[in-house]
Amino acid sequence: MMNLALKLVGWIDQRFPLVSTVKAHVTEYYAPKNFNFWYFFGSLALMVLVIQIVSGIFLTMNYKPDALSAFASVEYIMRDVQWGWLLRYIHSTGASMFFVVIYLHMFRGLMYGSYRNPRELLWIIGMILYLALMAEAFMGYLLPWGQMSFWGAQVIINLFSSVPIIGPDLAILIRGDYVVSDITLNRFFALHVIAIPLVLVLIVVAHLVALHHVGSNNPDGIDIKKHKDASGNPLDGIPFHPYYTIKDSLGAAGFLIVFCSILFFAPDMGGYFLEYNNFVPANSMKTPEHIAPVWYFTPYYAILRAVPPMFGSQFPGVVAMGVATVIFFFLPWLDRGNVRSIRYRGPIYKTFLALFVISFIGLGWLGLMPATPTYTAISRVLAVIYFAFFLLMPWYTRIDKCKPEPDRVTFK
Amino acid sequence: MKTIMNLCAAVLLLVMPAVAGAGGADMHLDKAPVNLQDRASLQRGVKLFTSRCLACHGASFMRYNRLKDIGMTEEEVKKKLELPEDVKIGSTMQAAMDTNTAKLAYGVAPPDLSVISRSRSADWLYTYLRSFHTDKTRASGWNNAIFPNVGMPHVLADLQGELELKIENQAGRESLKLVLVSPGSLKPAEYDAAITDLTNFLVFMGEPAKMVRTNLGMIVVGFLLVLFVLVFALKKEIWKDIH
Repeated sequence: MMNLALKLVGWIDQRFPLVSTVKAHVTEYYAPKNFNFWYFFGSLALMVLVIQIVSGIFLTMNYKPDALSAFASVEYIMRDVQWGWLLRYIHSTGASMFFVVIYLHMFRGLMYGSYRNPRELLWIIGMILYLALMAEAFMGYLLPWGQMSFWGAQVIINLFSSVPIIGPDLAILIRGDYVVSDITLNRFFALHVIAIPLVLVLIVVAHLVALHHVGSNNPDGIDIKKHKDASGNPLDGIPFHPYYTIKDSLGAAGFLIVFCSILFFAPDMGGYFLEYNNFVPANSMKTPEHIAPVWYFTPYYAILRAVPPMFGSQFPGVVAMGVATVIFFFLPWLDRGNVRSIRYRGPIYKTFLALFVISFIGLGWLGLMPATPTYTAISRVLAVIYFAFFLLMPWYTRIDKCKPEPDRVTFK
Repeated sequence: MKTIMNLCAAVLLLVMPAVAGAGGADMHLDKAPVNLQDRASLQRGVKLFTSRCLACHGASFMRYNRLKDIGMTEEEVKKKLELPEDVKIGSTMQAAMDTNTAKLAYGVAPPDLSVISRSRSADWLYTYLRSFHTDKTRASGWNNAIFPNVGMPHVLADLQGELELKIENQAGRESLKLVLVSPGSLKPAEYDAAITDLTNFLVFMGEPAKMVRTNLGMIVVGFLLVLFVLVFALKKEIWKDIH
């Protein structure tokens, strides 16, 4: 039996680089041994992607991308399709949890300087993934065709019409109509189930290839390849399998406990994962009193609203919102610190990072609230802090007093 | 310790938006004593629903035979709810009045109630159905304390009786209060109990899967907790040589 299996592997290996690929990426990929809690979120993001794709495939089998029947087809899934409610809640919980995981994954990068040389391209690929994920989530949110789906899409697409000169035509190009309509729903469905998932999967592969080419960073932010053993493997590195396959399994089990607790006990998460108003079918004649995007977009939405209109145009706010997302791309070149990890940074960077986290969460909360004068004033302060974190980075990281980095990673 | 702090930070990030603000209307809502385990209440609720609400409102995603989830056999559904001969047990709950007629009569099309408990909360429905009061300025003669100028008249007035909205002056502070001026066939506590049944049913109808969801969740999360412990032990075993 064993012999037969070996023969089969040999047969495949002559025609496909099976053994060498598995070695390079799994059994002989050396990762630093000092990964901590924050290093779970990369593999968890991959798991959530798989969860979303698989649950999405089954939802597609019963969902109808048609303005007249979309809302009803979702309720049909919730009621008449065997285990349909479970699929739908897996997918809706997965959407929000994807962003939870990705935000924590990105925060890890900020803390330990994972974007620094030689991982700039890895970071940029990750940021492209983040933008693609936002597009995926935005388009998916239109599909249930509830009031929030409709009006959320209406508001966001209208932002594009504030672009000078080409704006109105651009908005029509996106919608395929003068208002969000059946045509918009159809194209968003196509993009949500085919175009963007394809892009996501391909870029995830590129993200992993780039990661395995440069090697993982670690909580100490030091290069483990400086110290190698006789066979050329890093002394502070351990093979991904079995060490990290089992550790990431532990992370996956822990994550699934949280995931399933939400899914089974509070799938609407108090109206934040599934908004209450989205249980009212889309009605183009009835604007809801309060339109708020889903929580994962609200930091940017708050920035948009914080910028006052200039020359009667919302465009400056739209630009600010765009810059707030795209500015992450430039982090590798904005950071001039001598060390990567927050463990060896001075007090200035730590203060700025803490302020940034406060501004991001604060803006996220304000984006859910109605725009009262007080809230708008707070949003403005927080938006300034948000941008200051990036724009002042070249100066404050340089003058910050860093501690000496250790020669080898700290473990236990 | 560090890991625990990190965990706390992650959990905080996760629940932050949920804790931050519930939002919504600033009206005071009474707490609806919803209990989906109470099948007798759910069955009384559906009876009230089909005899009173279905005249104008539909529940077009709710099938009659789904009532088996609250313990009703097909025969019971047909008999107790007095289904007309032409209504099949597998069909969805349709309004007796067609939408256009209703729109002409009340000014708005009566909304479908299938998922009303999910867009409005149970507490809102429970309060709303107990907050109708007379209002001479309205064509229907009715208004509602938490849904001003609602198109719907008080269809349960024969049960609850007539309420008036009165301004109470207590120590210089004015507050609105609903006062029963002419009693209906039910005592106030009985009416509240009937509305509890109805709300209970509306919550069930909003998400029939809720009947099995939490129980299944206990099993799934229980399994995952055991899995977590086992994987933790395995991880310890595999990592014991790493120093």
